[in-house]
Amino acid sequence: MTLTSKPSLTPSSDPAGRRTQPHGAHPILRQAARIIDWPMSWLQRLIGERRMPYVFLLPNLMFFGLFVFVPIGINFIYSVTGGPALFPSERPYVGAGQYAYLFDCASYVDPSSCREDHFWRGVFNTLRFTFFQVIAMVGLSLLTAIVLNMKIRGRGFFRAVYFFPVLLSPVVVALIWKWILQRDGLLNAGIMALDGDKILFLSEPGWAMFWAIFVSVWAHMGFYTLILLAGLQAIPSDIYEAAEMDATPRWRVFWRLTLPLLWPNLIVVIVLALIRAVQTFDEVFVLTGGGPGTSTLMVVQYIYETAFSNQVQNFGLAAAASVVLGIVLFALTLTQLAFTQRKSS
Amino acid sequence: MKGTKMLLGCAVLAASLAVGYAQAQTTLRMTWYSDGNEGEVMSDLLRRFEEQNKDIKVVLDQVPFKAINENLPVQLAAGQGPDLARVADLGGVARYMLDLRPHLKDAAYFETSFGPFLEWMRLPGDTSSIPGYMTQLTLTGPFVNKTLFEQANVAMPGPKATWEEWAKAAKDVAAKVQAPFPVAIDRSGHRFFSLAITQGAKVFNEKGEPAVVDEGFKKAAQLVFDWHKNGVMSKELWGSVAGTAYRGANDEFKNAQVVVYESGSWQIGQFDKTIGADFDWVAVPTPCGPANCSGMPGGAALVAIKTTQHPKEVARLVEYLASEKVAEEFYERSLFVPGHLGLAKKGLEYKAASPQAKAALKVFSDGVAQLSPVANKLQGYVNNRVIFNAVISRLGQTIAGEATLDEAYKRITADVEQQIAERNKK
Repeated sequence: MTLTSKPSLTPSSDPAGRRTQPHGAHPILRQAARIIDWPMSWLQRLIGERRMPYVFLLPNLMFFGLFVFVPIGINFIYSVTGGPALFPSERPYVGAGQYAYLFDCASYVDPSSCREDHFWRGVFNTLRFTFFQVIAMVGLSLLTAIVLNMKIRGRGFFRAVYFFPVLLSPVVVALIWKWILQRDGLLNAGIMALDGDKILFLSEPGWAMFWAIFVSVWAHMGFYTLILLAGLQAIPSDIYEAAEMDATPRWRVFWRLTLPLLWPNLIVVIVLALIRAVQTFDEVFVLTGGGPGTSTLMVVQYIYETAFSNQVQNFGLAAAASVVLGIVLFALTLTQLAFTQRKSS
Repeated sequence: MKGTKMLLGCAVLAASLAVGYAQAQTTLRMTWYSDGNEGEVMSDLLRRFEEQNKDIKVVLDQVPFKAINENLPVQLAAGQGPDLARVADLGGVARYMLDLRPHLKDAAYFETSFGPFLEWMRLPGDTSSIPGYMTQLTLTGPFVNKTLFEQANVAMPGPKATWEEWAKAAKDVAAKVQAPFPVAIDRSGHRFFSLAITQGAKVFNEKGEPAVVDEGFKKAAQLVFDWHKNGVMSKELWGSVAGTAYRGANDEFKNAQVVVYESGSWQIGQFDKTIGADFDWVAVPTPCGPANCSGMPGGAALVAIKTTQHPKEVARLVEYLASEKVAEEFYERSLFVPGHLGLAKKGLEYKAASPQAKAALKVFSDGVAQLSPVANKLQGYVNNRVIFNAVISRLGQTIAGEATLDEAYKRITADVEQQIAERNKK
């Protein structure tokens, strides 16, 4: 049995590197193990031991390739072709035409100077949304996690309460909040009860963006709180006891101990929140429809509408925009990897 | 033992008969959306069809209107469509429709009964194909909450009143009864053009190509813009969503928050059912502008899809549903303006409708005679949704304060040109 020659490849081995036998195993199981073993041994002899890990990766790689890499490739093909046809073979090649159209701007800081101004409005809205949402999300999640990590009464109940919205579908979340925020909604009823005037929360650009961010934070905060809470609980308590014995002020403990030790979790939370914010679509789409005007139109909604809502379904332009979005998300992921690698090294 | 064998034998025989029957039966899939009760009516009619045609089974897939406009075209482009579909964007899906003529027993009946509307389902240059029939003819027009006018003690403008007169009256009423929406116009291209054509919008140039922004169009856009500024219209409709999204005010109208609601005849069925005796509502003729008093026609057609494997069976089903008696029952029970010339001429009784629904149907039916040629041409134009979408998207931006009207006009022209060029890429 060649597999036993290297201890690292055996499922369990004694200190001398010899394969341990499953003494208690049923004879049928032992027989089955032999049946599985012989083609593997034969394959290993044929291709060599060093190539064997790739054999085990192959099925997963094929699955991944089929459902991830092939669609990415098809999307790229769409982005360099034009016309209304669906099948790539029927679509005329336009080269970088779709990209050139997207990036045709007199000034990149003024969306109205761009030929495809909706794309740029979506980009700017997404950036604005991401900036404020990530700050609010990470800040509030951290605060909540710290409070939930304290020895307070009903801690389990509060942990559940903050996690409940995560279990809801984003569409349900948006519909609940739409019901609260509409003209005759719960919030306006409260304002009226206090002798105030009704506010059109979803029809004023500033308010609409505020509520889009608020609802998004409300819906997803529990998930990030959970990650940070796990990080906080992994910090050894004797460090805090030592700090207490030294009479270190609380803010200093937080700044010098908690935050540095929580940093790997915070990086994960920040990057995950960033990626999710850039991809935001469903809850904002249901809540505001991208309006008023285009004040809450996100890049993903632009891609969806360009590809599906218009009478001329412009798959090429939508694909080009999604390639751009994909590059941004890839850059964010690389940033996360760089940060976490640096931290672990 | 003998009994068991006999039972087994009978079961085998029954199973083989069932298999044989199932093999002989053709299943047709029909994708359908409903504005009111027409899905139920269609189910009834299909059940009767199946009783008379044992070799055909029809599966009615009921989907939302959004799925018809957004998902179905992609499905059709991929060659995966149903056998039949009820569609509203007739020009947009015309290239996927099957010409039923070779399979129809009496193609002349379709020409006689649905002739002008068949043109809406044809591609440019095609003058003879018959892909289906109109399940309804719709017409845009205003619904008025008469009770609010009475409560405010304001007289309703007469039949030839202008849009401005209606706007003023509606604002007076809303101020007196504290209604939040004096005038509501659906965020829809059809609704906007029912206003624009009365203001003199021509939409096309002499060559028949789109020339959307002209003086008539600008007058209408200015009216909508001003009405949002001076409180005749609320931002909650046109200003509350982005891009090409449709936004209606039927819920607000049903809740008596709207004084005058510009929508379409397909709302009659649901208003009749949901408003009931809560308040009096009436449909009134389309207000007039300097050019005319025309509404915009539209409608939904049941069409055969090119990829069907059973064109003969599809033709049989369409012939049954489009036959005068069956179509009459469908229009009557669903409270639709008939998309059948003979029935329109004859007039329908609408036995199940309330007196106010009957009166509304009469107003809309009469409105067909008022239609401007521009309105008919726009409805029949294959790329009309390109125009509609560009208009609502850009005017929505002006209402939200993101762009001026002049900027919107330039963008509308550019959007229409770009999208039509994209469609023509081969």
